Amino acid sequence: MSAHHVLPMKTYTTVFITLLFLTAFTVAVAQVDFGMFNAFIAMAVASVKAALVGMYFMHLKYDDKINTACLLSGFFFLIVMFAFIAVDAGSRAVEMSTL
Amino acid sequence: MSSTPGKNYLNEKSGLWSWLTTLDHKRIGIMYMISVLSFFFIGGVFAMLMRLELFAPGALFEGNTYNQMMTYHGTIMTFMVIIPGVPAFIGNFVLPLLLGAKDVAFPRVNLMSWYCLMVGAAISFLTLFFGGVDTGWTFYTPYSIQTNGTVLMVLGAFVMGFSSILTGLNFIVTVHKLRAPGMDFFKMPLMVWALYSTAIIQVLATPVLAITLLLLASEKLLGVGVFDPALGGDPVLFQHFFWFYSHPAVYIMILPAMGIISELLTTFSKKTIFGYRAIAFSSVGIAAVSFFVWGHHMFVSGQSELAGVIFSFITMLVGVPTAIKTFNWVATLYKGSIEFRSPMLYALGFIFLFTIGGVTGIILATLATDVHFHDTYFVVAHFHYVMVGGTLMAITGGIFYWFPKMFGKMYSEFWAQMSFLFVFSGFNITFFPQFILGATGMPRRYHQYLPEFTSLNQISSIGSWTIGIGFLIALGVIIHGLLKGEKAPKNPWGGLTLEWTADSPPIHENFETTPVVTAGPYEYGR
Amino acid sequence: MSDSSSPSNKHHHAHHFDSAEHEFDASKFGIWVFLCTEILMFGGLFVGYIFYSGKYPEIFEAGSQFLDWKLGAINTAVLLLSSFTIAISIRNIQMKQKKAAMRNMIITLVCGLVFMGIKYKEYTHKFHQGIYPGKYFNYQPHGAEHSSKDANSHGESKGEHGKVEHMDSLPENIALYFSFYFVMTGIHGTHVIIGMGLILWCLIRTRNDEFGPEYYTPLEGAALFWHLVDLVWIYLFPLLYLI
Repeated sequence: MSAHHVLPMKTYTTVFITLLFLTAFTVAVAQVDFGMFNAFIAMAVASVKAALVGMYFMHLKYDDKINTACLLSGFFFLIVMFAFIAVDAGSRAVEMSTL
Repeated sequence: MSSTPGKNYLNEKSGLWSWLTTLDHKRIGIMYMISVLSFFFIGGVFAMLMRLELFAPGALFEGNTYNQMMTYHGTIMTFMVIIPGVPAFIGNFVLPLLLGAKDVAFPRVNLMSWYCLMVGAAISFLTLFFGGVDTGWTFYTPYSIQTNGTVLMVLGAFVMGFSSILTGLNFIVTVHKLRAPGMDFFKMPLMVWALYSTAIIQVLATPVLAITLLLLASEKLLGVGVFDPALGGDPVLFQHFFWFYSHPAVYIMILPAMGIISELLTTFSKKTIFGYRAIAFSSVGIAAVSFFVWGHHMFVSGQSELAGVIFSFITMLVGVPTAIKTFNWVATLYKGSIEFRSPMLYALGFIFLFTIGGVTGIILATLATDVHFHDTYFVVAHFHYVMVGGTLMAITGGIFYWFPKMFGKMYSEFWAQMSFLFVFSGFNITFFPQFILGATGMPRRYHQYLPEFTSLNQISSIGSWTIGIGFLIALGVIIHGLLKGEKAPKNPWGGLTLEWTADSPPIHENFETTPVVTAGPYEYGR
Repeated sequence: MSDSSSPSNKHHHAHHFDSAEHEFDASKFGIWVFLCTEILMFGGLFVGYIFYSGKYPEIFEAGSQFLDWKLGAINTAVLLLSSFTIAISIRNIQMKQKKAAMRNMIITLVCGLVFMGIKYKEYTHKFHQGIYPGKYFNYQPHGAEHSSKDANSHGESKGEHGKVEHMDSLPENIALYFSFYFVMTGIHGTHVIIGMGLILWCLIRTRNDEFGPEYYTPLEGAALFWHLVDLVWIYLFPLLYLI
């Protein structure tokens, strides 16, 4: 059964090394200021790491697709929440701080 | 394996402890029934007190006390009655039966969800001893930060939220993994589609409520400055967070009720449902779209015009699948062989009252009109039409419908019909005048009003006594049926869904042998 | 290579499932649905953080000077290692390698302890400087017990970065930044502790020969929860420490 699929050690190790490398990469990139792209780059790298953890350590690649659908739908609705709040925040009249 | 004759889930083990530690979904459903109905009557008492005050303002209490009454009425009805009402009470009992399964996927998690509801409710009620809460069930900041009792109350709601999450989680896995052989997704009864769509909302939306309440508590306790304008926080952000859950929450309240209606209408018109797939997809569609509309509660709160326009537009869209369902139900009745039994009366009442509630929702979704109606009695009337005229009618109809299955007894049909008469007429007398009150300018959450609103308020209050009588009659019917009802057959109504093939009441394992499904759920041959 | 007896007859699947396989599938799916709820819960905090970083960018710039990215990076590596070892331990169970499985679970727990240890160090350093959440925020650059004679005449001090911070130059609602910091890392830390508890429980059950290739569902659940804790940190680290 695919649910009990045993991954070879090599796969786990490769993923782990890649994750460490990506961590080093994101720290290094953070030293350079890309202005408004800073957040985007950091989040993008984080997402790649998250995908690796999900697909291999959490076996999503070898599981029933419904588990992946579950995870992605969580992210999707989170993005919906963020997007609409951002539209509101971005389009409100510039206000003085309430402090 | 065959069961001992006469043995069923009710009598196979006795004693309070066997109930409190049960893993049987049917017993858990009954425990929820007792809890939810008890909370309903408590919440109802608060409602009666409110309407009594509004009959003659100033006669009973002063403003602060009234605000507390309305807070408890709202909190109890929302978190302890209507959200668990259909999924946790009726759903827990019928879902495995409808699917031909022996239980839900995770029975221990199921029991835990009941304890979460009870512990959360206890924590919330504790606030009564510490001065009470008067923020309204919506806990808007900054008032909720300044006033008394908020932390305990939101802690209670937080715990109750877990009850909802765990029920939803259980149902999603149950529907995916425990259907009887032969039951593909499009042979499931529409009640299952309804519970499934509801479960999706419960799982995705409630965690956001959890974090909102946690942040509110930290604001109160630690002064973090996230929602308090005095510290640089944004009260509108609180409302975004709060309504991101609470709008989908109202669909948690109505979707499973609509599932009940699909079952009642088909059984009592002996006709297959019109547009099965349309209703099934509409259920999921409503669940999905419900996440995109929360800002329609905030048109006048300070959110931007652009956001308001977007939310208004999408809210119109959510009316479409709802209307599709309503048209399909009516079409189901056409050329059916209608039996006006008490569950059917409640179902028909639902269609009428929910439609009024629904179209007034569209009126409120319209940005321009909402500016005038927001925070008036128009809104109060709208949501009572959908929640009471809709969900509560469906719950009552559902109780009468599944009563023989749950308890193996019949109830007094005459008195059940009487209850409908009082509830239906009482409901309209109470809440229709409130549309007029709101449209002519009476604000909500006020303990008094201008003299010109007096007669409509008094009519509304008289209506509230009528509904009260109706629900008390219904309670009497239930209790009398439990004590003295005649023995019920397996299938008193001639329904075609799987629960009617099980004993009344069912054995612990539900079915003697696992059913194999070959036909759809409503094939009456018409 | 196998070095333990097979507990294949020990676990009986629950009566409403058709088989152990059926139960495992359902249980795994159930855990995923639960993880979904965690994503939405933590996600709400991220949304709040990003909202305020747009509204008061100055407090986020100022505040992040107080966080040491080196400690954050070490913690990231530690959690990644722990994810690796818990995943391997499941493989060990699948291959009937009980001792290796236990060893890897213990490494996971040690990693968790290291993570919490570093967190503890970060928190106490902040408390020492009077940085508490919300209304308790009372920034004392030299610590409450040192007198101001340690500061130079400009009231400067060194933040963790070695950068000099003017006490007066901190924005008025800087406490909001630290409130987010404490709430987000605090809730995350709570989940780390819960995860460690779950893994410890699995370790004990493994020692008692309760798991084998046919049944290891609780370990699968605990591991998935642990991976989630790692996932949250993967996003939290850049958000707090790097941006």
